[in-house]
Amino acid sequence: MSDYQGILVCGEISEGQLAPITQELLGIGRKLANDLSQELSILLMGKNIGNLAQDAIAFGADKAYVADNPLLETYNSDVFTAVAARLCQKISPAIVLLGQTDTGRDLAPRLVGRLQGGLAMDCIELAIDPSTKLLTQTRPAFGGNANATVVTKTARPQIATIRSKAMAPAQLDESHKGQVIPAEDLIDAGAVKVKVLERVKEKTEGIKLEDAEFVVSGGRGVGSAQNFEALKELANLLGGAVGATRAACEDGWIPMTQQVGQTGKIVSPNLYIAIGLSGAMQHIAGCSGSKCIVAINKDAGANIFKVASFGIVGDYKEALPALTQKIKELLGK
Amino acid sequence: MHIIVCVKQIPDPEVPPAKFKIDPATKKVVPPPGVPPVISVFDERACELACRLKEKHNAKITVITMGPGKVSDVVKHALAMGGDDGVILQDQAFENSDSFGTAYILSQAIKKIGSYDLILCGRQAADWDTGQVGSILAEILGIPAITIAKDIQPEGDKLRVFRVMEDGYEVVETPIPCLVTVSNEVGLPRLPSGMGIIQAARKQIPVWTAQDIQVDPAKIGPAGAHTEVINLFIPVRETTCEIITADTAAEAAIKLAEKLREIKVI
Repeated sequence: MSDYQGILVCGEISEGQLAPITQELLGIGRKLANDLSQELSILLMGKNIGNLAQDAIAFGADKAYVADNPLLETYNSDVFTAVAARLCQKISPAIVLLGQTDTGRDLAPRLVGRLQGGLAMDCIELAIDPSTKLLTQTRPAFGGNANATVVTKTARPQIATIRSKAMAPAQLDESHKGQVIPAEDLIDAGAVKVKVLERVKEKTEGIKLEDAEFVVSGGRGVGSAQNFEALKELANLLGGAVGATRAACEDGWIPMTQQVGQTGKIVSPNLYIAIGLSGAMQHIAGCSGSKCIVAINKDAGANIFKVASFGIVGDYKEALPALTQKIKELLGK
Repeated sequence: MHIIVCVKQIPDPEVPPAKFKIDPATKKVVPPPGVPPVISVFDERACELACRLKEKHNAKITVITMGPGKVSDVVKHALAMGGDDGVILQDQAFENSDSFGTAYILSQAIKKIGSYDLILCGRQAADWDTGQVGSILAEILGIPAITIAKDIQPEGDKLRVFRVMEDGYEVVETPIPCLVTVSNEVGLPRLPSGMGIIQAARKQIPVWTAQDIQVDPAKIGPAGAHTEVINLFIPVRETTCEIITADTAAEAAIKLAEKLREIKVI
C-alpha cells in the first residue's frame, strides 16, 4: 500500500486556460499533499497546452504531466481514460482528484473501474485521517438529504471528484517551483472506440446561470411556461438569470440547461429567489451555496423555508409583481 | 436489437425531507412507514428510452434488477412500460455490495443472459447517488461507456448518443455493444398502459442467486467492497427563516424588497 504515493489532480482546461475547477483541485490537492508530506502532481490533457504547465506549478503543483496532442483537443472518454489510467499505473498515486464536471463525471468512474481503486463522487469535503492516513471523503447522498463519509481502506488509488465551488481555489505563487514532464507517450490511439461527432452549445438568454449574482428560480408551483415570463422579468431587472427545478424543466416550461440541482447546475449567487418550489433536497443541493435565499410559497411547511433567510407564505402571483415593482423603484429603474 | 436495462428499487426520493430518517448505527436510511419504494428516477428514464428505441427499431428489452425484498414491483413496472423479459438478482450474499460488487454481479448476470447490443443504466441511483455502476460495468465487460445521455439514434451498425453537457450537448458515435447511462433530460417516462400492467402481471420473472450466475464470493458484499461508508448523517442547517407577514402577499413582497435593500442584497 505504501507503494502508492502522492496526489494526482486531473486538471481541466477551458478556453485555453486552466479551468476554475483546476484551481480548486490544486487548492485541496496541495492541502492533502502537505498533510501527507507527499508530492502534488497534475495531469493536463489537451492541444497546444504546454504553457499551462507553469501556471499549474504556480498554483501549487510539484510535477505537471503534459499530454499535448490534437487527439486530446476535446474530451473523448476512451482517449482520456487511457491516458489517465496509464499515468496512474506509471506513477501509482495514493489519491487521484477530479472535478465533478462533464469530464470528471465520465472519467472518474471509468478510471476507477480500470484501476480497481475506490471512488467517491461529488465530494464537498476531503481530509486525511490523522491516524490511518486514509482519505476521508464526504459527499451528499439521497439527493442531499444526508451526507456520507466514505473511505477506501485498501484498494488504490483513492479517487474523488469534487463539487465545483465547494473548496477554496489555490492561490497563485509564482515562486513555487516544479517539474514539467511530457506525457504524450501515454496516448493510446488504439483505445479509441467512440467518436465525438459534434458539440452543440445551447444558447441561453442573457447571463449564464452559474455566473449570475441573482437567480430567480421556479418550480412546478409556477404553473406554466407562460408564467415563467414573470420570473424572467425580475431576473432581467436584477441582471440575473432564471433557474428551475427538475420538475419544471421536465414539464417543458423552461430549457433543461436552466435546471438547478444535484444533476443540474450548482449556483451560488448573492440572492436566490425561489418561487413555487417546495425545496426537494436534490434541488437545494444546487442552490444551498447562495448567500441569501428568499422563498415565496403557498405552503408554510415547504422545505424551502428551512433553508431560506426570508420567506413569504402566499400566492406568488400576488407577491411577485409587487416585488418586481418595488425592486424596480428601489433600483431607480 | 437486444437492450438490457438495469434498474434499482430505492426508497421514494420524493418523501418530504422532514420524514427522511437515517439509522446512524447501520448507516442506512429508514424508509418512512407506508411509503412504498419506487424505481430510481433515472432508471425509469432508461426504461423510457429503451421503449422509444423499441417502438422505432423493433428491439427486445430485458430488465434486470438486484436488491433485497420485494423488488419484483420495479421489474413489473418496467415490463408494464414496454419491457419484454425481467430478471431478479437476489441473494443474501449480494447485500451491502458497493459499486464494484454491484457492477460485477450485474456483469455475471449479463454474461448468463448472453448476447446484447445495448445496456442502459440510470446516470446514478437516486438513493446513494454514486454514479459509478454503469461505467464500472462497461469496464468489466470491455465495452464503450457513454454517460449522461438524453437520446440514442441507431445509425447503421452504430449508435449516435446525445450526451448532456453543462452548456448544451454532444453527439458521440459508438460501436455496439455498448453501455449508455441515461439522464432525466430524456423527458418524462410514460405511464404503463392498462394492457401493459395486465401483461406484466402475467410474466414469470426468474430469480437468480449467487450460484446461478457463478459469482466469486470474494468480489461481492462487504468482503468485495472497495469503499466503506464510515459515517452517514443529516447535515445541520442553521438558517432561520424570517417570514414576512402583511395583510396581503403583495404587501409582504413590498416589505421583502425593502428588507433586501436594507441588508444590501440588492
